[in-house]
Parts: sequence; structure tokens; C-alpha cells
Amino acid sequence: MRYLPLTPEDRREMLGAIGVGSVDELFRDVPEAARLKGPIEGLPAHKGELEVERILSRMAARNVTAGSAPSFLGAGAYRHHVPAAVDHLVQRGEFLTSYTPYQPEITQGTLQALFEFQTQVALITGMDVANASMYDGATACGEAVLMAQRVTRRSRAVLSGGLHPHYAEVAATLGRHLDLETRIMPPAPQGGEDLMAEVDERTSCVVVQNPDVFGNVRDYTELGAACRAKGVLLIVAVTEVVSLGLLPPPGEMGADIVVAEGQSIGNALNFGGPYVGLFATRERFVRQMPGRLAGQTVDADGRRGFVLTLSTREQHIRREKATSNICTNSGLCALAFSIHMTLLGEVGFRNLARINHANAVKLAGKLAAVPGVQVLNDGFFNEFTLRLNRPAAAVVDALAAKGVLAGVPVSRLAPGRKEVEDLLLVAVTETNTEDDMDALAAGLQEVLR
Amino acid sequence: MNNQGRPTSIPSASGEVAPTISGNRALQIEEALIFEQDSPGSTGVDLPEPATDELRLGGLRPRGQIGLPGLAEPTVVRHYTRLSQKNYAIDLGLYPLGSCTMKHNPRLNERMARLPGFADIHPLQPQSTVQGALALIDELAGWLKTLTGMPAVAMSPAAGAQGELCGLMAIHAALDDRGEGHRRRVLVPESAHGTNPATAALVGFTIDPIPATADGRVDLAALEAKLGPDVAGIMLTNPNTCGLFERDIRRIAELIHGAGGYFYCDGANFNAIVGRVRPADLGIDAMHINLHKTFSTPHGGGGPGSGPVVLSDALAAFVPFPHVAHGPDGFRLIEGPQDPGATGKEFGRLKGFHGQMGMFVRALAYILSHGADGLWQVASDAVLNANYVMARLQDVMTPSFDGPCMHEALFDDRFLKGTGVTTLDFAKALIDEGFHPMTMYFPLVVHGALLIEPTETESKRGLDQFIDVLRGLAARARAGEAEAFQAAPRLTPRRRLDETLAARRPVLRWQPEAPQAEAAE
Repeated sequence: MRYLPLTPEDRREMLGAIGVGSVDELFRDVPEAARLKGPIEGLPAHKGELEVERILSRMAARNVTAGSAPSFLGAGAYRHHVPAAVDHLVQRGEFLTSYTPYQPEITQGTLQALFEFQTQVALITGMDVANASMYDGATACGEAVLMAQRVTRRSRAVLSGGLHPHYAEVAATLGRHLDLETRIMPPAPQGGEDLMAEVDERTSCVVVQNPDVFGNVRDYTELGAACRAKGVLLIVAVTEVVSLGLLPPPGEMGADIVVAEGQSIGNALNFGGPYVGLFATRERFVRQMPGRLAGQTVDADGRRGFVLTLSTREQHIRREKATSNICTNSGLCALAFSIHMTLLGEVGFRNLARINHANAVKLAGKLAAVPGVQVLNDGFFNEFTLRLNRPAAAVVDALAAKGVLAGVPVSRLAPGRKEVEDLLLVAVTETNTEDDMDALAAGLQEVLR
Repeated sequence: MNNQGRPTSIPSASGEVAPTISGNRALQIEEALIFEQDSPGSTGVDLPEPATDELRLGGLRPRGQIGLPGLAEPTVVRHYTRLSQKNYAIDLGLYPLGSCTMKHNPRLNERMARLPGFADIHPLQPQSTVQGALALIDELAGWLKTLTGMPAVAMSPAAGAQGELCGLMAIHAALDDRGEGHRRRVLVPESAHGTNPATAALVGFTIDPIPATADGRVDLAALEAKLGPDVAGIMLTNPNTCGLFERDIRRIAELIHGAGGYFYCDGANFNAIVGRVRPADLGIDAMHINLHKTFSTPHGGGGPGSGPVVLSDALAAFVPFPHVAHGPDGFRLIEGPQDPGATGKEFGRLKGFHGQMGMFVRALAYILSHGADGLWQVASDAVLNANYVMARLQDVMTPSFDGPCMHEALFDDRFLKGTGVTTLDFAKALIDEGFHPMTMYFPLVVHGALLIEPTETESKRGLDQFIDVLRGLAARARAGEAEAFQAAPRLTPRRRLDETLAARRPVLRWQPEAPQAEAAE
């Protein structure tokens, strides 16, 4: 077996050094009845690389890849071009096969990269500080709601109908045993929610999204001020982080916590994971934050260096009083994010956002001309909502059969709601060509006829 | 000297290294932050012109300057390559972190996870277009169920701690379903990993610690005395964090079940028994499996992980959305209560989408590579390696407990008594010898713990080198070289870092105006 270096002779020698006759003797504390006599029967034996590659490639070939078809899916996961250098660098063994940097003398590479990551996240969100990552945007959002509960000592969260329904479900699930009451507003494709009307003296936070799940871009400045007046925290979720290259950041709108899905930068679609949750907040809340933090310090010779810090918030020190149970986070995905963001830089990140928006403007124009299609949004970034003249899910299936991945029917996210049945979310990025856009327009025209 | 004037012999000189002009030390290159390398206007990505200048931002003004630095690609590649060279990694050597299972990460798994058929599919594509992905999840689920003997598995948890959360939420939901929502007390051994009590608290349970016996196992009498009608269950790591198999585990399961509670097992140490012992045969109701430990998906400097949870019949229906089911036309994702195939007992959603697909692919590649025979050998060699380390060190270091260990060997600091060397010093000295330290000061049940998990992917030769170094260090400690230990490590890119300063005056991001010399005051 290629991954096991011990030879039969090594094993004999080692058993001799231990003073036992067989490995079985080392398992003597296992109850007799639970000790298997040999490898589990009915399962296949070991395989060479070539065979494994064959089996998995066959499975992979049964999927329609987003790159092989005109693809317009978004709703929290976006297909962007990731520069070749990103994947090369994250696959360096010194990053890929390193542990959590608890021994700072021999993990300055990871720690400095995390410090840079935290700075990039703080800059793009317009916040003071950011942590070293969460599992994904949805769990970051859930953790933010729990954090607001700790900060305000109030236990009612108001979640906008423009928040991605999966994010709302995760927040509700995480809080369900912590006396957290979640008021989840109905889907509001065209806005018009009066969130402050839902706020009372027990309210800890209001959670909104920008652009919202229907693609609308919003100015939350007034909402932020209203929240502040009532001692309520404003949490802003961002599911398409590229939008921060063009839209005013949530920090400027008065957000107290910003959570985001960082997948768009540096990370592939991966059928939903692993992704990387971004979590940023105000300086004054830093000791209530969940997750790991890299911080700057000096070494015994007075040279600048980095360590994991403020760990008295964390489970390995504080146990049941920790701010979160999170341990392993999304380190390597955060590194991929950071490398991609470094490659983009100020100019590249802003240009990327402009290109995404321009493609969306163009596609919205093309689709609005299709009979049976109405574009609902006034403003958007790279995703918008279409109202179709029939249920969207069937239209998506019909287009998939024609080799076009048309978008996400809202009914997939909010099932059983008649009022959203005919809504289709369409996202477009720099990876979509003019031909892709024309294929979607032509496909819709045909299916909706 | 040859006839071009080039010296051909090496002049003898003292080994002392004078400070270099640059601060670099040959292959160890000092590297500034990206923000300090800003070359305004530079970029490492060439992009086309936008298709239009028209903005449809609903009246919002486009954003001004962000403050990101500009670097061209060569600078960026060098930056991260230099940073990488300041990291220890499993690719470089033995990583003896107890309860972390740092084993070799096969590159085949990386290649498979990057197949476009897995990496380039969107989580919300029509299910007819992702049948291969759903088949892969189902195939991995099948292996996990067979290897543990359990009837069900929840695949979506993102890491071990989220697996614990999933398992305890399943227990909570099952108790509520039985009308026994008053059961709120969870028994947790003192030796447990910090995530156990942190997770139990997140699920609204109170934690009741159980002491350990002198032989490092759960004190059965103390456990029995704590049982009562308010007990929700127990969270037990097995093999435990002392590296020992809980001999009475089947009795513990009987007692917990007899008292009406459930048995949660922390599967962080599954590597010790994978393929040789099925948790179902031990009476367990729920156990998370860290795919990034047992099944070798890379740790990546802190993640991502993946923490599927196997469940007994009693808990099988209590899973989060989404889950994969077999339907008439192939595999189906059950995303909500309305979908046919829903159990009706689901407790919500833990994660944005379906789970850590990229980790599933890697784990399945690892499992297929090993097969049932290879996995049997994984556990065998992992346990053999740990016992070999224990056997060869027991005369110079102090094992905390008698008898064979499982996959990790636990020592305490009695062997350092009177030397002036602490566990921390001892571990830091290991760094200068080219090894990553073992897990230190954990578990909390022994004094100055040193927990060594070599894993099965270490050769005998590699283990012998490691053992020889530890023996040598123990001899130096006894010989009174405490000062050298306290100064260690001396050969690393940075020496010991001031963690107190970092926590007292947190600097968590780069600031343009902050003079960098300030921290060194």
C-alpha cells in the first residue's frame, strides 16, 4: 500500500521492541465482542492511482460543469475566473499540509497571510477588524446573530426577506436552543419592507443583505442610523463579495457586523463547499467575536512577527463559555481569497466589479426584450430577478435540457411560496461571453413562447 | 585556488553567523506585508474593458478608493512562496500533534478534487445535471456507514465542531420528539477537547464534568452517580484524549441508555480504530468523523475540514437539510420538508449548501486507494507506531499511564522535574531539531502533558530519528542545560513571540499610519 511506509520486517522489529507478539495485543483494551477479526468483508480492496482516477473521473463526467454550458447561476455562489497562480500557490505543501498556526515560530507564513487577509477583509467591507475566517457566508451570518445577542443581551433577531433564505435558516438553527427568537420576513423581491416596524426593545439585531438575494442594491444608511438609535446592531450580509469593488461598503452605511461569502474570490464553485466566510466588525466588539484572530507582536529579538491572539474567547481555552465552538475554519480558502485579492489589487478588484456589472447591464437589456420576461430590479450588481410568464423551475429544467444553465428559480430557495414561483435569479460574471448571453435570451424566448 | 582565481577549498571559519545586511539568512528571506509593497496602479490580473459604462446601481454612488495595494504577478508569487518557506508542514516532516492526526496528504486526492466535474459545478444546478456529485456523496456516505456500522450519516457539517453541533442537535431533537425536553444535562469527561463543552453549551445543555480514574479512563462509579432523569447524554472521545481505549465503553453505553440518554462519541481519534472496530458495536448513537484527520484531507493551515456525523437508528431521522436520497430517477437532494424523502424530523440547516464537496472527493479518493485491507492496516500501523514511540521513550520520559496506548502516546512532565525545563521549553527545543512540537498541556488531566501522535504514514527510520532526538533532549534537560531550552527555538525565522503583548494591545490589521517600529518599543 503506497501510503504506508512500514515493511513487514519493520513491524516485526517494532513489535519486538514493544514486547508483544502481534498488533492485536495492542488492541486488548477493545472489548472482545467489538474487535473485528480482519478487514470488513464485502468492501473492495486497495487500488492504484490509475484505478481510483478512473472511478472518480467517471463520476465527475456525469455532471454538467458550469464551464461547459452557458451558466447563469448565482444565489450565493458565483463562477469567477481564478488566476493560475492562486491554485499553484495554495498547493504548495508548506501551506496545504500545515496545521493551524499554534506554534508561531514555524508558521509565520500562514500567520502573516492571515494578518494580510484580515486587513483585506476589513478594507473591502469598510470595517475596523476581521477574523481569520468562518466556514462560509451562511455560518458567518448565524454567528453574527449570536454575537449580537451577546453584545446587546437581547434575544430577538429581525431578518430581512431580502436575506438569502439559507442564511436565515442557518441563523435560526444555530440560535434555536439559545432562546433566540428569529423573525424572518417574507421574501420581498421589490423591497418595501419596514424593518424598523419589527424592532422592539427585545431586538438585538436587524440582518439585511446587499445586494439582496433578489439582486437589488440597497442603501442601508438610514436603517443603520435607526438601529443605532435603538441600540440594535445592524448586520449586513454580502453573498457576492465582488460587489464590494463597486458598491459603497456596509461599513460606510453604519453596519456593526459585516458577514460575507468569500467564495467568489479565489475559490471554485465546488458544488457548495468548501467556501470561506468573512466576518468583520467594529473595534469595540472585538472581544465578542467568534473565530480565530491573527495579531501582530514581536519576538524575543524584537522583530515583528504574528501570532494567534485573543484566544481567551475560544473553545480551547474558555470551553463552555467560549464565543463559538468553531475550531477548524477555512484557512486554505482564506489563503486562496487573499492571494487572488492581492493579484487583483485596487485596480483589478475595481475593474473586475465594473466588468461584472457591465455584463449584467447588458444581459438585463437583452432579457428585458424577450416576450414573457420582466426584469424586476431598479438597481443591481451582477444578479437580478426576472418575472416569467410561468413557473421558473420548469423553465430552468427545459433550458437545462437544451444545454443552458439558466439561473436559480426562487422556488428552490423559498419552496411552497406561490408568489415567488415565477421568479428566476440570473447572475452574470466576467466568465460569461456575449454568446452565452445570446444563448440564454434565445433559449428563454423559445421556452416561454 | 584554480587558475581563474576561484577558490577550490572551503576556508575554515567559526560557525557563528554575523548579522546580514538584508536581515535575510540565505533561504530564509524577510518578507514585507503586501501593503508595504504597494506599487499604486500595478495589478497581477489583466482584464478587458467593461462592456458598457452604463451604471444601474439604483441611485447608489459607485465606491471610492478602497486602499488595496497593487502588485504585479511576479511580486505576488514571490511573496507567497517566501511566506510558505516560513511554515512547517507534513510534507517537510513528522507532525506529532496528538489528537490532530497529521498524516500524509496524497496528491491524487488534490487532482481528483480539481476535476471540473466536481470543482466547477454550482450547488443549485438542476439535480439532473449533478447526478455524479450526488452519487459521490452517496458513495462516501456508504463507506462511512459501513466502516462505523451505523445506519445513517449526516454529511453537511463543515468541520468536527459543526459535526458535534449536528450530533447534539439530533439528540436534542430526539429528546423533544420523545416529550423529554427537560433532559438538559450532558456528561463530559474532564479530558475532553474544548469543542465538546463549547458545543453542548451552544445547544442549550449544561455540562457536568466526569473525573478520570488513575488509569486515564472515565470513572464509572462517578458516571453512574451522575445519572438521572435530567441527563440528555454523554459526550465521550474514544479512544480518549489520553490515547487510551475506554475499556468500559459498552457498559457506559448501557448505563447512558438505561438512564434514557444518548451516547455522543467524539470521533477525532477514529484513526486508531478505523477498519478494525465499528463504533456501532460499542453502543454509540452519534459520532462525527473528521475527514481532515482520519481520511487525510489537508489541514490547509487551519481548514477547511469536514465533519460528517454517523447516527444510530434512534437518531437517524434527526438530520439537518439538505440530505441525499435515492429517488425513482436517480439521486435526489432533500432540501426542505416539502421534498419527498424528508424524514419529517429534520432540525434545520447548518451550512449554506450541501457540505464540503471538495473534501468528500478527497476523502473518497483516499478510501478507495486504501480499500478495506488498507484501512485495517492504517489503524494497525498508527497504533503500532505510537506504541513503538512509547516503548522506546519510556525509560527517559514519563508515560502517564501503563499498558499499551492506541494511536497516540501521552507523557507528563515528571521526567523534567527539577531540571528547570518546562513542557513548553522541551517542545520548543524540538523545533530547532527540525520537528514540529507534540500537543502540549492537553489533555488537562495530567501535568504538563506531551501528547505524541505519529500516525501510520511515518517510516520506522523517521520514527527512530524522532525518538533519538527526544532521548537526546531528555538527556540534555537532565544534564542541566535549562538555559538553552528556555532560549529555544533559536534557528527559526522568528524566535518565541510575545503573546501577552499581542493580546494586551491587539494589532489585528495593517494600518497605513501606524509606525511599524512602535510595536518593538
